[in-house]
Amino acid sequence: MMSIKIEHLDYVYSQGTAYEKKALNNINLEIPDGQFVGIIGHTGSGKSTLVQHLNGLMKATDGTIYFNGENIYAQGYSMKELRSKVGLVFQYPEYQLFEIDVFTDVCFGPKNLGLPIEEVEKRATEALRQVGLKEKYYKKSPFELSGGQKRRVAIAGILAMQPEVLILDEPTAGLDPKGRDDILDQIAELQKQRNITVVLVSHSMEDIAKYVDRIIVMEKGKVRFDDAPKKVFEHYKELECIGLAAPQVTYVMQELKNRGMNVDTHATTIEEAVASIMSYEEGRGRK
Amino acid sequence: MIRDITIGQYYPADSVIHRLDPRTKLVGTLVYLISLFVFRSFAAYIVATIFLAGVITASKVPFKFMIKGLKAVFILLMITVVFNLFLTPGTPLFKIWKLTVTHEGVVQAVFMAIRLTYLIIGASVMTLTTTPNQLTDGMEKGLRPLNRIHVPVHEVAMMMSIALRFIPILLEETDKIMKAQMARGADFETGGLLKKAKSMVPLLVPLFISAFRRANDLAMAMEARGYHGGEGRTKMKPLRYQRRDHMAYLIMLIYLVAMYLAKRLAGF
Repeated sequence: MMSIKIEHLDYVYSQGTAYEKKALNNINLEIPDGQFVGIIGHTGSGKSTLVQHLNGLMKATDGTIYFNGENIYAQGYSMKELRSKVGLVFQYPEYQLFEIDVFTDVCFGPKNLGLPIEEVEKRATEALRQVGLKEKYYKKSPFELSGGQKRRVAIAGILAMQPEVLILDEPTAGLDPKGRDDILDQIAELQKQRNITVVLVSHSMEDIAKYVDRIIVMEKGKVRFDDAPKKVFEHYKELECIGLAAPQVTYVMQELKNRGMNVDTHATTIEEAVASIMSYEEGRGRK
Repeated sequence: MIRDITIGQYYPADSVIHRLDPRTKLVGTLVYLISLFVFRSFAAYIVATIFLAGVITASKVPFKFMIKGLKAVFILLMITVVFNLFLTPGTPLFKIWKLTVTHEGVVQAVFMAIRLTYLIIGASVMTLTTTPNQLTDGMEKGLRPLNRIHVPVHEVAMMMSIALRFIPILLEETDKIMKAQMARGADFETGGLLKKAKSMVPLLVPLFISAFRRANDLAMAMEARGYHGGEGRTKMKPLRYQRRDHMAYLIMLIYLVAMYLAKRLAGF
């Protein structure tokens, strides 16, 4: 049984100084294997802090994290191994590129795992193919690429390590709508293919509603909601209060319902909404 | 982690010392430091202790923050003390192996220790109660007369405040890039010197690129807002001496007189 289990996690920034701030407050979560989870929250809600705990980059002030049943804070637990299994793609990951060409940069991760060079190159090629980067870019300097292409290279850099859990912290920030959809589609595809756990951090409901099985809403360092997307969006009024919003579709469907049309207010994607409205219209036509 | 390194170590509080004009604090610190070197006697140091204790109490900054600055120079302090202890010629007190401890050496060592400790704490009081921006503001205004002899005071002050502002930004950036590379299995801790130096490449390349990008952006933003150097530039919060500043200068004067008298009149 592969899973992540978080118990009573607390994290305090700058403890013991005048700038002390509690970033995480008693977080309890369990993420089973193969789940596609979205973590959503306003800026400063603690979502980025939380995911950095999952691969041991930040150490909790209090509480424990179990990865595959093992306490990651136990003595002798290898953080390096944990990081090879839990891949974390940071916000604006393109700023971490440094190698002379794209291919070498993607090789950096697997090389650090100590794999033989053939395996490293095989993984790098595979990862670059997964993010949909054309072969003609492989030998180019990463600094010559466009923003969206750099982002792909950076994500490939993590994918090449073939993690069991893939965490992406706002992977679509600053991308145009097409670039955003492309990257999210590829991640979803990958999740299905390899059946890995994916944690997607975002502040946009629209982005993640279409893909995830479960949404965790964070507010001021606490978990506010944790449920299937449809269930979470039922609280759209409360979501607004904490500076978030349900997808536009939710609002449209609610309004239609208020105006007397018997449509499914649980529709979270445009496709579902269209289907629901169509079936309503059909039902009416039959009468 | 890296976040704990503070250079602009401002401690926010609402106290008389915080509200003083930065120029007053700069001058005050300078006067204090010089007085420690000029009036070399135990009696004078008692006055200096009382003065420092008074200022610390007035600043409302917890004492442990003052000590923090001392940790960094502790080794330097120890070396100074040890050298003074053993290498000052004079009447021998006792001998350890080949090293002689003299009466003068002990006195000298104690003086050095007190002086250095007070020096650091005195400077800490200033940096703890003044934001880096206030400090550069104070320096700019205080050094304005140098403009006459064509010292670009405003430009230097602007560069200083930008440099200070960039320290936390670049620290944060370093932290972020380090973590990002650690997530890719980079190892910054183990290995020999060569391996360590090599492992810095994935950190330094992105850091430099980011620093240049930020500098570029900042220059563009400043130009877009019509920045054209110091000439004719006004301040949103111009520095003006208040009554409390005059009081502070008066206290400084009294302190100096007290130091002088303590050294002259007391026989130790």
